[in-house]
Amino acid sequence: MRSRPSLDYRAKSHLSYFAYVCHRFSGLLLACFIPLHFLMLSQSLRGAEGFQKSLTLTDLWVFKFGEWALVILLAVHLAGGIRLLMIEFGPWKGLRKGWIQLSILFAIVCGLLFLYFAS
Amino acid sequence: MGQAMSTNVLQAKLWYAQRISAMVLGLCVAIHLVIIFYAIRGGLSAQEILGRTQGNVLFAIFYEIFVLACFVHAPIGMANILQETFPKSGLARPIAWILALLILILGTTAVVGVFTGGGI
Repeated sequence: MRSRPSLDYRAKSHLSYFAYVCHRFSGLLLACFIPLHFLMLSQSLRGAEGFQKSLTLTDLWVFKFGEWALVILLAVHLAGGIRLLMIEFGPWKGLRKGWIQLSILFAIVCGLLFLYFAS
Repeated sequence: MGQAMSTNVLQAKLWYAQRISAMVLGLCVAIHLVIIFYAIRGGLSAQEILGRTQGNVLFAIFYEIFVLACFVHAPIGMANILQETFPKSGLARPIAWILALLILILGTTAVVGVFTGGGI
């Protein structure tokens, strides 16, 4: 049913396959989240009080955890996306594996910064 | 033959549109991350958010560009994933269009909302 080529374990154990999965997964989740994020922000049309009522939802731990996860996903997608643009348009050749490690590190740093500032 | 050709041309155009929007988003997301870290200190409040955004033309222009880049970028990615995962279902196009319209309409409403603070 799928139109993607089937890959064996050697291809799947490659670091750039991991980067591909992370980019897809984070992009898909971000695409699902963005309309909800905009829906929340558009509550500001109801004025400061109405907006505040909607925002109190974000005090729930589920939302706090969700925000934290989304910041990490956003960082993953940003760093992974820059790597892809560099592969496609940049002057360098190769899969930029060092960039994958840098992307992971960047996402971890963003996750920790969120925890630091939110606490 | 003609149809295959026009599908290929469309795919190439979509590929380019996604890459160009990705370049815009790269900049927007980096700035947005910094704003997130700044904004979450001490929790989110409506007063604080509107204090930053209400009547601020630069904020509104920046975030509307962000919305427009998302409107181009996300639905193309969603369509690609759906087309590869369920190639015969015909889901890719309608779902991508629904996502595109949701992003454009809700996103622009959100920008207008935080710019005006509900005072329309």
